Amino acid sequence: MAAILEVDDLRLHYLTRLGKRVQAVDGVSFQLQPGEILGIAGESGCGKTTLVSGLMGLLMPPLHLTSGAVRIAGRDILRLPPAEVRRSVLGRDIAMIPQGALNSLNPTRKVRDLATDVILAHDEGADRRAIQDRLRERFTRIGLEADAVLNAYPVQLPAGMKQRVVIGISTLLNPRIVIADEPSSALDVSSQKAVIQLLFNLLDEGIVSSMVFITHELPLLRHVAGRIAVMYAGQIVEIGTTEQVIFDGRQPYTRALMGSMLSAEPGQKSRKPVAIEGAPPNLGEPISGCRFAVRCPVAQSDCAQREQVLREVAGRHVRCHHAR
Amino acid sequence: MKLLRHLLRSPGFVVGALLLLATLLLAFLPPLLLELDTSRRVGLAYVPPTAGRWLGTDHLGLDMFALLVSGLRSSLYVGFLAGIVATVLGTLIGVYGGYKGGWIDDVLTACTNLFLVIPSLIVLILLSGSLQEGRSLTLIALFIGCTTWTWSARAVRAQAASLRSRDHVALARINGYGTLGIVCLHILPYLLSYLFMVFILQTASGILTESVISMLGLGPYDTVSLGNLLNQAIRNEALSDGAWWAFFPPMVLITVIAFALYVLNTSMEGVFNPRLRK
Amino acid sequence: MPADTPCFEARNLTRAFGHGARRKVAVDDATFTIAEREIVSLVGQSGCGKSVLAKLLLRLEKPSSGELLYQGRPIAESGDPRAYWRHVQAVFQDPYAAFNQFFTIRAQLKACFRLFDQRPPEREMEDRIDQALLAVNLRPRELDGKYPFELSGGQMQRLLLARIFILRPRVLIADEPTSMVDACSRAGILEYLMKLKQELSMTIVFVTHDIGLAYYVSDRLFILHEGRIVEQGTPDDVTQRPTSPFTRQLLDDIPSVHRPWVTRA
Ligand SMILES: Nc1ncnc2c1ncn2[C@@H]1O[C@H](COP(=O)(O)OP(=O)(O)OP(=O)(O)O)[C@@H](O)[C@H]1O
Ligand SMILES: Nc1ncnc2c1ncn2[C@@H]1O[C@H](COP(=O)(O)OP(=O)(O)O)[C@@H](O)[C@H]1O
Ligand code: SF4
Ligand SMILES: [Mg+2]
Ligand SMILES: [Mg+2]
Repeated sequence: MAAILEVDDLRLHYLTRLGKRVQAVDGVSFQLQPGEILGIAGESGCGKTTLVSGLMGLLMPPLHLTSGAVRIAGRDILRLPPAEVRRSVLGRDIAMIPQGALNSLNPTRKVRDLATDVILAHDEGADRRAIQDRLRERFTRIGLEADAVLNAYPVQLPAGMKQRVVIGISTLLNPRIVIADEPSSALDVSSQKAVIQLLFNLLDEGIVSSMVFITHELPLLRHVAGRIAVMYAGQIVEIGTTEQVIFDGRQPYTRALMGSMLSAEPGQKSRKPVAIEGAPPNLGEPISGCRFAVRCPVAQSDCAQREQVLREVAGRHVRCHHAR
Repeated sequence: MKLLRHLLRSPGFVVGALLLLATLLLAFLPPLLLELDTSRRVGLAYVPPTAGRWLGTDHLGLDMFALLVSGLRSSLYVGFLAGIVATVLGTLIGVYGGYKGGWIDDVLTACTNLFLVIPSLIVLILLSGSLQEGRSLTLIALFIGCTTWTWSARAVRAQAASLRSRDHVALARINGYGTLGIVCLHILPYLLSYLFMVFILQTASGILTESVISMLGLGPYDTVSLGNLLNQAIRNEALSDGAWWAFFPPMVLITVIAFALYVLNTSMEGVFNPRLRK
Repeated sequence: MPADTPCFEARNLTRAFGHGARRKVAVDDATFTIAEREIVSLVGQSGCGKSVLAKLLLRLEKPSSGELLYQGRPIAESGDPRAYWRHVQAVFQDPYAAFNQFFTIRAQLKACFRLFDQRPPEREMEDRIDQALLAVNLRPRELDGKYPFELSGGQMQRLLLARIFILRPRVLIADEPTSMVDACSRAGILEYLMKLKQELSMTIVFVTHDIGLAYYVSDRLFILHEGRIVEQGTPDDVTQRPTSPFTRQLLDDIPSVHRPWVTRA
């Protein structure tokens, strides 16, 4: 089957105020198949949100394209004029639920008006009455109480509901791909569950076809994603199926990440989460050798010199030449 | 710096700032360059503008340009002083009530509302009317400030009340700061940009209020202000004599200052408020 | 003080906001005790009243009715609040919101010396700040002249903990200290909390929406729902034999690696 989204050796950098160059995404490649949910996990600052900006074709200063391509159905969106991206890509091919979306709704307007605007922006001639019916139908279909929610102002909604409304509005135009950047990290566990349920509804109802789900919570990805890519310092260090990455990670960073999470299984209390010592490397400076070397518990003498590439190990791809 | 760049990119700010600068120059530059005398008669009454005397003369034959410049200075003085008084009063009352909450807030809010429903213009007119002599510019400014602070008190109270429940205030409290320390160090800094906007609006309304009072003939005694000039022009038949130079320039100036300040205010709101920034 | 006086004791503690139809009872008739050197977790969904209860314990809110005793004395009457805050301290949920944006980090850490009647000399204050920073794995010199917005969330949360290492209170109220930091920094924060308990034999009240986390850190759990404490007990009792449907709900909602969670149609 042809991939719906294809990322090819993507490199993105920030040019800071002081003229410094931060290589936030450094050679990321993957493919997203129709019907698939790909999870992306990694520490804060490893470049997840930057990668999302690239996938959306939203390259605005200080963020710049270094090299590489992002193809949706064969079309390289990074080389389209920005106006064209806005007109024909965003919202239709690909939609984003941004990190911190909770506060992105204009507080002075009702949910109904916000949603109507989204439709009108893409279809100026649409009939207002028809839009109202369409909104009610859509919100009900994805499991929201349409009448109550549509007539509320964003501030009147609890955080979890607000996040679900954001998702409902972002997917009004039936985008083929949804990119969710930590959609539930700011919520309590119960609201988090409701948000995930909503995302599943979108897939099951055929409203969206594929999803990229970004989070630093590996236990959550276990239930959401079919495949997982683990990012470290701007690169993918391991990519494979969920079972492979979570229960049988081969890259030392993946294992350390898993070890730092805790789960509340009765009887698990003795299993102590272990923080990963040290901090990720500064992406503003050139790095040679394995980027994880200074923190890696199993590093060997050749690690700091040797440039690491993704290679196949036990059916998945790993960036570590010692991994077996 | 980033803020300044944002400001300079907003057309409203640039227009407002340039207009304000122009009026300030008009108020303070001419006296340095030209000899301006507002008490010496330079000709007959209502002489139309000429090349040497740009705005002609008034009903007493005084130089209209000199009067205008000095009136502008007085009006700006009244505006700024009234603005400062109203902002300071409003801030003190608003921040204290908003931060303290409870019955203190209830009492202060009730006071504010009471002042708000009393029509301040009428109070001002009564106050000015009852004082014949000694109605100095400063006194008028203080009067204006003391009757218009209610608006800023309400605006500031709402902001302070929302800051009150923020975590950094809770942290300051368990660090042992008293009310004064919290208000000065942990609430006011967050309100600075907002207070600046309040001050601008209060200044504009101070200038307008002064003009209205003066136009009614209740303005400062023996000082020229823009409103005063209008009052004189109206009283001495400038309108029916067609002496437009006697009333048109002060009118334009009042409008320009008020406009400049309002535009400044709205443009800054767009920049200071990150929600509206885009 | 007798040896068995509890650290906190609450009887029918209630805190309501607003009047009439808009009255909202945030903490409803709570009765509990918290022993010295115990770690108790307050667990519940957002809006259930955890933070209000935490603020009552911190003397930042006054009870509407009921009684709250600290070491056997009503806290509202224990005189100088600064003396109370030398004993009872807090870390907050959102470390960015907890620091003032207008002052350097060091200046704000130094502010906590205000709680002492006699401020130590300048050198000693600087030394104690440096030691506290090292205790939470931050390099003191790297923070010189820095403002809060120049650090990451994980670092900021550790700064809040550094404050506790400086003050060495008897009781720590930790209001969701890990919910805004990334999952990888979470283990580190928990490690420092344990270190505080061990080194300073502190009483800790740990607020969280994640019953899994509470299970991991605490000696006892209080489950809150709409302002009421619906269940209390040891972590094993509460998680393995929950008596309240709300507890069961909380348990079901955490995504665990080993159990089914949300399923697709
Ligand atoms: N505007 C910017 N200018 C310069 N550098 C930036 C900018 N935004 C992000 N960066 C840097 O780029 C890197 C990646 O940041 P990014 O926001 O993509 O991380 P993230 O993985 O999404 O983290 P989080 O989990 O905290 O959301 C970081 O090193 C960050 O400091
Ligand atoms: N200062 C306040 N005024 C009015 N209502 C409040 C106030 N503080 C909290 N509440 C309400 O009390 C309830 C409990 O809040 P809180 O303790 O913050 O919840 P959480 O369990 O998420 O910490 C919420 O419904 C909240 O809206
Ligand atoms: S290459 Fe070496 S340092 Fe890098 S992850 Fe593998 S073992 Fe660790
Ligand atoms: Mg991010
Ligand atoms: Mg809370």
